[in-house]
Amino acid sequence: MKMLKLPKSKLDFFAAVTQQFGEVHAPVQVQGGFVFRRLHRWSEARLDYQRTLLPPKKYFLPPQETLLRYRSTAGYEPCSEDLDRRIVLFGLHPCDIYALNLLDRVFGPPFADPYYTSRRRNIAIIGMDCMPDERCFCSSMRSDFVDRGFDLFLSDIGDDYFTLVGSARGDDMVLASGPLFSPVSPADVDQYKRRSAAKRRAFRLDVEIRDLPEIFEMEYESGIWEELGRRCLACGSCSMVCPTCYCFDVRDQVELGSRDGVRVRRWDSCLFLAHARVAGGENFRRSRAARIKMRYYHKQRGFVAQYGRPSCVGCGRCLTACPAGIAVTEVIAQLRETRHAASC
Amino acid sequence: MLPLAETARNASAHPYLPQPARIVRIYKMVPDNYLFTLRFVDPELAASFRHLPGQFVMISVPAAGEIPISIASSPSRTGVLELCVRRVGRVTGALYRLQINDLVGLRGPYGNGFPIQDMRGNDLLIVAGGLGMAPLRSLLWYALDHRDWFARIILMCGARTPRDMLFGEEMASLVDRTDITCLLTVDADPSGTWPFHKGLLPALFDHVTLDPPRTYAAVCGPPVVYRFILRRLLDLGFSKDRILMSLERRMKCGVGKCGHCLIGYKYVCVDGPIFTYWDAINLPEMI
Repeated sequence: MKMLKLPKSKLDFFAAVTQQFGEVHAPVQVQGGFVFRRLHRWSEARLDYQRTLLPPKKYFLPPQETLLRYRSTAGYEPCSEDLDRRIVLFGLHPCDIYALNLLDRVFGPPFADPYYTSRRRNIAIIGMDCMPDERCFCSSMRSDFVDRGFDLFLSDIGDDYFTLVGSARGDDMVLASGPLFSPVSPADVDQYKRRSAAKRRAFRLDVEIRDLPEIFEMEYESGIWEELGRRCLACGSCSMVCPTCYCFDVRDQVELGSRDGVRVRRWDSCLFLAHARVAGGENFRRSRAARIKMRYYHKQRGFVAQYGRPSCVGCGRCLTACPAGIAVTEVIAQLRETRHAASC
Repeated sequence: MLPLAETARNASAHPYLPQPARIVRIYKMVPDNYLFTLRFVDPELAASFRHLPGQFVMISVPAAGEIPISIASSPSRTGVLELCVRRVGRVTGALYRLQINDLVGLRGPYGNGFPIQDMRGNDLLIVAGGLGMAPLRSLLWYALDHRDWFARIILMCGARTPRDMLFGEEMASLVDRTDITCLLTVDADPSGTWPFHKGLLPALFDHVTLDPPRTYAAVCGPPVVYRFILRRLLDLGFSKDRILMSLERRMKCGVGKCGHCLIGYKYVCVDGPIFTYWDAINLPEMI
C-alpha cells in the first residue's frame, strides 16, 4: 500500500483541498456528544472525538429514506434523490470503517442494494487512528486496524500523519494537494509501529472471541437470557447506535387525497415486538428474552456462520447507549462464566 | 432443465423495484382464500419469467404495501403466475378489494425452491394439510408435467370439510389418474356427499406403501399437521433430509438484507423458504 506523510500543521490545507471531492463532513461537538455532520468551517471539526452518537452508517443507510415512488399512472419508479451527492467523510475511526466493510457484504451482491452501493461509491472516507477509552474493545474484535474501505487513512506519529492511500480517489486527493504529502522515512515507519504498539497496550477492555460461536451454542438455553429479558427495555437504542445493525422496515406512505405515494424504509430493530410477527398475528419472538437473545446470537454467532466473523466491531456505542446498563462485554463474560462453572 | 440462469435474469438490476402486473383472473376458492392469476404487463417479461417450484414473489398492492407470497403455479405453465392469497392483514385486504384488470407490482422470483436435481429419480410424496397446498401446488404440477423425472408420485391432501379444501376440484380431478396416487380426506363431511376418504390426514398413510429411502416428502400445513405428519414420516424411516417443508416469515426485502426473516443464521428468503426437516430442528424457533 502506498504510504506517505502529511505534516499535522497542514491538515487544514489538506481539508480545504478535499472540498473539490465533495462536501466535507466530520465529527462536530453538540450537546450530548459528537455527531458527524457537514462542516461550515474547518475549525468546527473535532478530530479528537472518541465516538459519535450515531455511527457513519447513517450516511450509507439513512435512518429513513424513500426507495420508490408510486403513481397510479406510471407505477413504481426508483427514487434516486441524493444518491449522487459527493461527500468527503473525515475522521472515521478503524472500527467504523471496519463496520462499513461488513455492511458492504450484507448490501453487496447477490441482489446488490443500489442505494447503499451508490452512496458507498460517492462518499469518500478519510480515516483517522484513535486511542481507546474504557469502553473500546475493537482490538478484541480484531477491528482496530483496517486495510481497506477508505480512501486515505491518517495516523498520528508526532509531527505528521502517517498516511495510507487506500484507493485511486485517495491518490487523486494526494495529487491535488501538491506538495503537502511527502514520502515516509524508515524512522516514520518505526514511529508508526511504536504508535500501534502503544495503542494495543492502551486497551482496558478485553473480550475473548475465539470460542464465541461455541459458547453461544452451549448457552442457548441459559437462564441469562431470561434475566436480560427482564432488564431490557426493548427500546432498540443498541441497534440504532450500532455501526453494523442493518435491519430495516419498509412501509408505503400514501399521499392524502390520492392513490399515489412513496415506499419508505427505515431502521428497525430485532428488539421491537413486531420484528418477527407474521401474517395472522403469530410472533416467533414474543418475549423480550427471545428478542435480546436473537440480537446477541446473530451478532456473535449467526454472522460468524454467514460471514466468518462476528458483526460486532467493539466500538462501545451500545455500552454507552443502553438505558438499562446492559453491556455486551459483561454479557459475554457472564456466558463464559456459566460455562466455566459448569465444567468445574 | 431449468434454468437457473433464466431465474437470475428475472432478478432485475434494481432488486426492490416491482414490475407492473395485471390481475387477469380472481378465483374465489374458499372464503378468504382467493387465487389471483397475474400477467406481467411487459410482454417480454411475461414470456421470459421463470421460477422454480417452491419459490416466492414479493407482491406490491398500490397504496397498501408489499408482502411475500409463494407461487402456486407450476414453472411448466408459463405466461401467467398464480398466487394463492389468504386474507389476513392490511396488504392482503387491499389486494382483495382489487378487481380484474387492476395493476399490482411483482418482483422475484426469490428463495431456493425445491431441490429438484436431488429429488429426480425418486418417489415424490406431497402432504398438504389445510392451506398447505398453496406452496406445494407448483411442485405438484411441475412433477406431473415432468412425469418421467420421478418414479411414483403420491399426493395426500386433507381439509376440515370438503368446502375448505384448497383447489378441491383440481385435486378431485387427479384421483382417477393412473400416473399419480391421489388421496384426499376431510375431517368432517356435513353434507354427506364427499366421495373420498374421511378422517384425519395421517390416516391416509394406511392406504399406501411407501419406500422411504427412495422418496422425498414435501410437507406443508398448520402446526398440528407438522406435529403428526413428521412423526409418522420418521416412524416410517424417512431420513430427516428427505423431508422438505416450506416456512413463512415476515419479509420486507426478499433478498437477504432487511433481517426480518432471519432465524439463527439462515434467511428464510434466500436460504429457504424450502428447508429440510434436519435444518428445521437445528435452527432455533424454526417452525
